[in-house]
Amino acid sequence: MPDIDPVTLAVLKGRLEQIADEMDATLFRSAFNPIIAEAHDASHGLYHRDTGATLVQGKSGLPIFVGVMAFAVRAVINKAAKDGDMEDGDVYIFNDPYEGGTHLSDFKLVRPFYRNGELFCYLASVGHWHDVGGNVPGNYNPSATESFQEGMHIPPVKLFRKGVLNQDIVDILQTNSRLPGSLYGDLNGQVNALDLGSNRLSQLLDEYGAKLVEDCVEELTVRAEKLMRSNIESIPDGQYSYEDFLDNDGIVDEPLKIALDVTIRGDEMTLDFSRTSPACAGPVNISESTTVASCYVALKHVFTDVPANAGVLGPIKFIIPDGSLLKVKAPKPVGGYTETILRVIDVMFSVMAQAAPERTNAHAYGTINALSLAGHRQDGRRWVMFSFFGGGHGGNPKGDGLNHGNAPISTATIPPVEILEAAYPVMFTKWALRQDSGGAGKHRGGLGAQYELELLEKNADVFLFGERGKYCPKGVFEGGEALPTVFTYEQDDGKHHPAMVSKMVNMKLKQGQKILLETPGGGGYGRIEERKLSSIQRDLDLGYISPDAAEKTYRVAIDANGKVDADKTATLRQEAAQ
Amino acid sequence: MSARNFVIGVDVGGTFTDLFFLDEKSGRAFTRKTPSTPSNQAVGFLEGISSGVDDLSTIATVIHGTTVGTNALLERKGAKAGVITTKGFRDVLEMRRRDRPETWGLWGSFDPVVARDRRVEVSERTLADGQIHTKVDPEEVKQAAKLLLERGAESICIFFINAYANAENEQVALAAVKDVWPNDYINASSDILPEIREFERASTTALNAYLQPPVGKYLKNLDNSLSDGGFAGQLLIVQSNGGVMTVDTAQKLPVRTALSGPAAGVIAGAYIAENAGFPNIITCDMGGTSFDVSLVAGGEAALAAQTSIDFGMVVRTPMIEITTIGAGGGSIASIDAGGMLQVGPESAGSDPGPVCYGLGNTRPTVTDANVVLGRINADRPIGGKLARLDVAAAEAALEEHIGKPLGLSAVQAAEAVIRVANSRMAGAIRLVSIERGFDPEQFVAMPFGGGGSLHTGALIKEVGLANALVPRYPGVTSALGCVIADMRHDFVHTLNDMVDSIDISSLDDEMVRTDTEGRRLLDESGVTLDELTTVFELDMSYLGQTHTVPVAIPVTVSNKTTGVTREILRQAFEAQYEKTYGRLLSGIGIRILNLRTSVIGKRPKFDLSLLAPDDGGSIEASRTGERNVFVDGEWHKAAIFDRLSLPIDAEIPGPALLEQPDTTIFIDPDLYGKVDRFGNIVISRKA
Repeated sequence: MPDIDPVTLAVLKGRLEQIADEMDATLFRSAFNPIIAEAHDASHGLYHRDTGATLVQGKSGLPIFVGVMAFAVRAVINKAAKDGDMEDGDVYIFNDPYEGGTHLSDFKLVRPFYRNGELFCYLASVGHWHDVGGNVPGNYNPSATESFQEGMHIPPVKLFRKGVLNQDIVDILQTNSRLPGSLYGDLNGQVNALDLGSNRLSQLLDEYGAKLVEDCVEELTVRAEKLMRSNIESIPDGQYSYEDFLDNDGIVDEPLKIALDVTIRGDEMTLDFSRTSPACAGPVNISESTTVASCYVALKHVFTDVPANAGVLGPIKFIIPDGSLLKVKAPKPVGGYTETILRVIDVMFSVMAQAAPERTNAHAYGTINALSLAGHRQDGRRWVMFSFFGGGHGGNPKGDGLNHGNAPISTATIPPVEILEAAYPVMFTKWALRQDSGGAGKHRGGLGAQYELELLEKNADVFLFGERGKYCPKGVFEGGEALPTVFTYEQDDGKHHPAMVSKMVNMKLKQGQKILLETPGGGGYGRIEERKLSSIQRDLDLGYISPDAAEKTYRVAIDANGKVDADKTATLRQEAAQ
Repeated sequence: MSARNFVIGVDVGGTFTDLFFLDEKSGRAFTRKTPSTPSNQAVGFLEGISSGVDDLSTIATVIHGTTVGTNALLERKGAKAGVITTKGFRDVLEMRRRDRPETWGLWGSFDPVVARDRRVEVSERTLADGQIHTKVDPEEVKQAAKLLLERGAESICIFFINAYANAENEQVALAAVKDVWPNDYINASSDILPEIREFERASTTALNAYLQPPVGKYLKNLDNSLSDGGFAGQLLIVQSNGGVMTVDTAQKLPVRTALSGPAAGVIAGAYIAENAGFPNIITCDMGGTSFDVSLVAGGEAALAAQTSIDFGMVVRTPMIEITTIGAGGGSIASIDAGGMLQVGPESAGSDPGPVCYGLGNTRPTVTDANVVLGRINADRPIGGKLARLDVAAAEAALEEHIGKPLGLSAVQAAEAVIRVANSRMAGAIRLVSIERGFDPEQFVAMPFGGGGSLHTGALIKEVGLANALVPRYPGVTSALGCVIADMRHDFVHTLNDMVDSIDISSLDDEMVRTDTEGRRLLDESGVTLDELTTVFELDMSYLGQTHTVPVAIPVTVSNKTTGVTREILRQAFEAQYEKTYGRLLSGIGIRILNLRTSVIGKRPKFDLSLLAPDDGGSIEASRTGERNVFVDGEWHKAAIFDRLSLPIDAEIPGPALLEQPDTTIFIDPDLYGKVDRFGNIVISRKA
């Protein structure tokens, strides 16, 4: 390793990150479907020419892709090695979730970047497309038992050959989607992002020379690893364990265990998932690459200073047995990967709470609650409304959790009610914070939400792919649990809840009928006795908690004017303690 | 009645009130700087005015860039506002768009400016197509308003779902509230921002209600104090879009003053640079904790449609686009656990400030690096608060925190800090220029504020900008901008229709209506205007896209029509889309989301050569000494000059330091500076 001057290194680091950020921004602005444009379910970066390892990745894309894209590039490297025909100007496209991670909705475009005829690195773009075929519009199919039911399946193939578009592939893709126009727009946006990344990288190499940039990139990986090692070293040696459950797999109503045993020794960390449930019939399985990526996301929420660089994973060893829920192969369904990785992240938070208490928060709401409504307008046009919903964040050392935040795996914003109502035949009747949904504690969990809507067209099919219907988000340091997901739907004979609690398919909704989705809050942090009475009073005044919850959960006495009575509270709590 | 010949720009900042006086009769211009009075800004304001003019009746116009609104937002010191909203939607303001403060780390929280118990729901509903689903009951609204009064509300925001599509229910509610509300602080979202997206509209309207009492009281107080002193001219307020409005409009729409001060600075920058022959500039304002850049292309400042003042505090009105990064003079340099040198975002601010201030901070900052490198005069600190700077302490801190871990000496460490800081600032400049398709060679950097002039030379080299232009009075740029700014009124209206199906004659009617309304407001203001222009813009996209591109529609009103056609709309969209993204899409319909109309009244401009140096100065006489500065790994002897006494056409080769009361300009060894005919310094590369 040549001795690189530290200043040039810092400068080039910033320049490289800027390229990836700019690729993100270009796709967000030009994408068609709101999952990319509004929810930022996409990512871009630069990857190592031999290993596919992440060199830099954009900061504004979906956090989960930060770990996963290296595997996607790896898949292309293998393909090119087998075929031996990779050339400058080629762009590969695929959505294989077993090699490249996540689920079929995520289409990856990978472009080898050549400098003077030599492969320098790879540029890649991934984005969540609105509809990729399969049984369920929007592709969140909780009843899938094989990936064939979840959507079309494209292995790495050349979308561009020496800069020339293979229109046949675009035709195949469009034919297999319910929303071909949206697909075409997003595909173009991703190609734009790759073009832009390629131009920017060429400029950078012109300015600094390929050799220097390459050396810097290697040095950055070394530094990232060193940084992660020093973070691990700051945690006391030992073994820490935690387990939590998924409600069910959508096929059989039985809980699935996610168990993690972490060993910290010096500057190394082993994450052992051996005690986790085996692969299941339904779509909450994930591939190994997705599991690794979700652990990375959890660590980056705890150690916010580590960069998006493969070096970070250097000191971490993973033990995930073959046949585990967390390491499946084709054609096991993986469509609901978001739910499983959120649980992996919760488990990581609870483990870290034992290992590094001063750095950790309680669980966030732990499910994206993918809800889709689909039908036809009177003029025959098809419509698909598909969105993810929010919930509370966990209480933390600094204070109460955030009300109505986005999931830890994403920086997605929710589409406005007015945009949804202008685009789809629905009328929302409630869009509100959900009282009592945050876990109690010294620092209360943030509140989840209630979203209620009424159908304005004649008929619609409703699909829900959620979690945390039975197993609620947990607190840390004796903080309380949040409320679970509750889904309620109207039929001619009254109100119902799904048999699979947080998942359902093909529910028929009629004009004028309503559905109500209530999402979990975050878990509580610390004991309720340590919460200031003035904070409980404020929660009561603002309706964040009900008088009933104040009395039962927080064990405070409330007088006739709704005021917390400090003396009586002390007596009450003393009695309870005895 | 005495002749009214003074035009005065007043920019009130946290520490100083900057004033720019123009005597239109004599053609004389001068500046003043007086201490601000944060507890009651009107006091410092009047003292500032009195420092330049004896008789207030001789003032024609006072134009004011104010931070009263900005500070009330940042410090959460606005009024107790109340919200009346659609049943089921009282939490829109608090739920935001389901975001979080930081991408990594889940510890953020958020309190909206209107607490939950002052947000009350009423039964009413409008659908997305404008149909009234449930009529609003005025009696229920009155009860809600009374409840809010009981709970201490001083101002009110009425915000109903889909009011952008049909304002009827909101307007009925507005009339009902007026019957029972004790003051004028009443806002309907359909008046403030009739645009689709409920959170952005609710937030903008609620923040307006939050600001009306404090900004209203301040402006009324100011207006009265001026009148009591004999002032009988016009008081105008700078808006965030860089235009000015009357004091009446500002009291109604205080949310439009959120970036009033910085906007005036950018306007001044644009005007000064254009006069100097540089229509394309990037303004750089370096403060204690941040570095703000804005782009001006072809004399026009770039505008952003919305800004977050803080997490969850979204203001959606056109604003001068200011990109901010956390790299200021007080930004702290450190080495992370991986051994990387970092500058910021942590900052020592102005208190305790850099190590060299001697107020308790021991971690090195950008200013400390500049002091150690000899670029800042330790014996004559800017601002006048301190007698001298502690160079030894700054050196020790750099040595300890940066030098030792990296194996560098203190001066080498200082230079490394400056290079990384410059690189971050260069990144901000790239973000607003190269990344938006502008060629840096066509742009000059214009520093204003206190610190930017030390770094500009390095920045032009790093980004590849043509030159840097340091205005004659960088410290009072915003006050100067007040005097230059034009009158401006912006309107927005959501249309949400297709190019193929929109009713062209009603689009035309709406364009004519907003044009007429804007011109009426300008007429009523009584302000002398040279010329009125109207700019029409549509937010457009392909059907299915959620983000729009702003498309200027090249039409003007004559004989009560704009003559707009579908073909004009289509061509304008395709030209703009291709420019933005490179490729057009075939076979997809084109959607029109919003109409935006801006009516601009040009105010008479003054001749900048009034500011030029007097004849008779000489380079030799301006030279005040020399100092060692460290550049590119070695010490150089740099000549020091008194900047304001340098004559026109003076050429100063680097390395050199040009000092003036409010800033120091550093000219790198491979650059030279030249005084232009307005007294600006133009910095260029040596041949």
